[in-house]
Amino acid sequence: MHNGTGSLPFVQFKPIKNFTSPSSVSCIGLVGVLEVKPRPKPYAFIHSILGFSLFIYTSMNDMEHRKTNDGEGRRLDGEEEEEEEDEDEGNGRGLDAWERAYADERSWESLQEDESGLLRPIDNKTIYHAQYRRRIRSLYSSTTTARIQKGLIRYLYIVVDLSRAASEMDFKPSRMAVVAKHIEAFIREFFDQNPLSQIGLVTIKDGLAQCLTDLGGSPDSHVKALMGKLECSGDSSLQNALDLVHGYLNQIPSYGHREVLILYSALSTCDPGDIMETIQECKKSKIRCSVIGLSAEIFICRHLCQETGGSYSVALDESHFKELLLEHAPPPPAIAEFAIANLIKMGFPQRAAEGVISICSCHKEAKVGGGYTCPRCKARVCELPTECRICGLTLVSSPHLARSYHHLFPIPPFDEVSLSLLNNPHQRSSRACFGCQESLLIPGNKPTLCVACPKCKQHFCLDCDIYIHESLHNCPGCESFRHSKIVSVTEE
Amino acid sequence: MAPVPSKLYSDDVSLLVVLLDTNPFFWSTASLPFSKFLSHVLAFLNSILLINQLNQVVVIATGCNSCNFIFDSSSVPANPNLENGRMPALCSNLLQKLEEFVTGDEKLSKEVLAAGIGSSLLSGSLSMALCYIQRVFRTGPLHPQPRILCLQGSPDGPEQYVAVMNAIFSAQRSMVPIDSCVIGAQHSAFLQQASYITGGVYLKPQQLDGLFQYLSTVFATDLHSRRFLQLPKPAGVDFRASCFCHKNTIDMGYICSVCLSIFCKHHKKCSTCGSVFGQAQSDGNSATDRKRKTPET
Repeated sequence: MHNGTGSLPFVQFKPIKNFTSPSSVSCIGLVGVLEVKPRPKPYAFIHSILGFSLFIYTSMNDMEHRKTNDGEGRRLDGEEEEEEEDEDEGNGRGLDAWERAYADERSWESLQEDESGLLRPIDNKTIYHAQYRRRIRSLYSSTTTARIQKGLIRYLYIVVDLSRAASEMDFKPSRMAVVAKHIEAFIREFFDQNPLSQIGLVTIKDGLAQCLTDLGGSPDSHVKALMGKLECSGDSSLQNALDLVHGYLNQIPSYGHREVLILYSALSTCDPGDIMETIQECKKSKIRCSVIGLSAEIFICRHLCQETGGSYSVALDESHFKELLLEHAPPPPAIAEFAIANLIKMGFPQRAAEGVISICSCHKEAKVGGGYTCPRCKARVCELPTECRICGLTLVSSPHLARSYHHLFPIPPFDEVSLSLLNNPHQRSSRACFGCQESLLIPGNKPTLCVACPKCKQHFCLDCDIYIHESLHNCPGCESFRHSKIVSVTEE
Repeated sequence: MAPVPSKLYSDDVSLLVVLLDTNPFFWSTASLPFSKFLSHVLAFLNSILLINQLNQVVVIATGCNSCNFIFDSSSVPANPNLENGRMPALCSNLLQKLEEFVTGDEKLSKEVLAAGIGSSLLSGSLSMALCYIQRVFRTGPLHPQPRILCLQGSPDGPEQYVAVMNAIFSAQRSMVPIDSCVIGAQHSAFLQQASYITGGVYLKPQQLDGLFQYLSTVFATDLHSRRFLQLPKPAGVDFRASCFCHKNTIDMGYICSVCLSIFCKHHKKCSTCGSVFGQAQSDGNSATDRKRKTPET
């Protein structure tokens, strides 16, 4: 007797899209349809459900490297229930994950050959250090003793290209997602190094430029806007973005440095007018435009950067993009005519005592304790640095100013110690790194590569060199010897 | 050393870097004699090593002319002859190295210096501590939680302000708290700011005879357990700045947009960088007197 009432679905299974990784199989839910057998007994159903689900689970665990576009579905032995499976094709590429690793990620590029032709893995440490030395040398090549003036109060607009090209998937998961993630890290790093500066965000979509967030000094509002839903479509228009940014940057005070950073994914620009005129106007307003391209080098971007004095670079992959982006965090060398030196009135508020209740001016609600009091109008603000909403005074604390002092007093780059000097048995000081006490000798008492400070002549290992110049900005040797400090001051 | 299995590195393993102030100018006039101070500190260090077998202690001495590493509990004790039966090898190692350091430091003291008399080189020892901690971070994912404890008595040297602030910001980025225990007579503004910015504890004990009790109740706890304890909160950290012209603490001032120097009154020209205010410059003014001006807190 055939059951004509239709099939009762009680065990459901739906295969997960990509079966290829065994780990995805373990959390499977089962969707399907069981044809009801005649003579149904409750217990028989339960047994069949459990047996069926166990069978599916174990058999799927055995399957490895299945192709997802296997059209005829799985024929499982045992139960003769017919299962219908929805097999989505995924992105239709028809490749397994292990095949995609070769097609997209090009894993052969991470191999290197040594002198005799044998393969060896890449020694990341020396490469990293060599890159760092190149960067430091290019920064310091022209400024051995002179101190370059840097623009410390910066007003930066970040222009994000959300055109069709930003949905390309050569950066995983998509260019737009990668850009958003790295901009968030950049914003935090930027405010860490330039606490008195402000950032604004602009997007280009459908040929129009829109302001995502206004110029502000607090990272949270920008990060929140970035984490919201961003969609890409349409063309990209460089001229509209430049016009918009030019209009906003004309309103800022004259002592600030005006900068624009464009993250461009498209290969073209659709402009309503003459972009060369716009570029000339930006140049006249002293706006420094830099571009980071994600696809290929474009002439108009190169021209824009050359005219305005910015830098143009094209990212090769995600880590390179992050590196290029973070290079814009420290203040660039300032061109003196670009910003007029001025005295800016600032307030240094005191922290309010614990237990004081007042209405804060940023959230407009009563708060207990914490907070700072503006010295001019006595309004309460929650955090620093900020602008008092009542009287407009810029409020900072002395550590915020101190964060920028290392740009004004940089430490000189360390010199590499030549191996011939190291092999000299009279050199006692090269036994251990002065900063971290790590031994500078590899087994066999042969010295490894190390660097030395030109002022105090102490030896440091390569990792300490990178840490000292990128994060600490103090030479431990110069700081630990009082008399070397006095000598260096009187030498200038 | 054999690699330790990962489940032994629980949350409360700590690496404590102690910066010990050995400035003779301070200790000659201090209310607590240096020998008694050392006995409190040595007992404290022993108790840290007893709390957890994986804890590490590193001691750096802050002298008035130099700084150096004195003791590292993770290094293999080289000389077994130092165990003379009266005190354990930890103490005798440390004391011997400390004595060598102090005699060496005194020899470096050439002539009486006008600037910085009475202050020790806090910036130097902080920088060395941070470099050592970076080395610990590089050893891989299994490492103890580092923190720095400053036992400071000498007053702050204003010429070290920029270097100390650099070290504080670097510690904040690496998430290393700086605890301070001030033995001297007056509060230290540098250490108050350091502890506030990095999330450490600042304490000025009122009774120096009970120093060991202060150390073991406040500073011996590891970072994980601090969430469950009520530790001394900062009473009020003064973040106001001092003007460069009169060195007064000011509430509102004027900042040069080029070099960020602080002035209390409107000037025509910046005395640090030489930029003229209010008009466009024709060329970058690289002033002759551009040596390291020391802005004070």
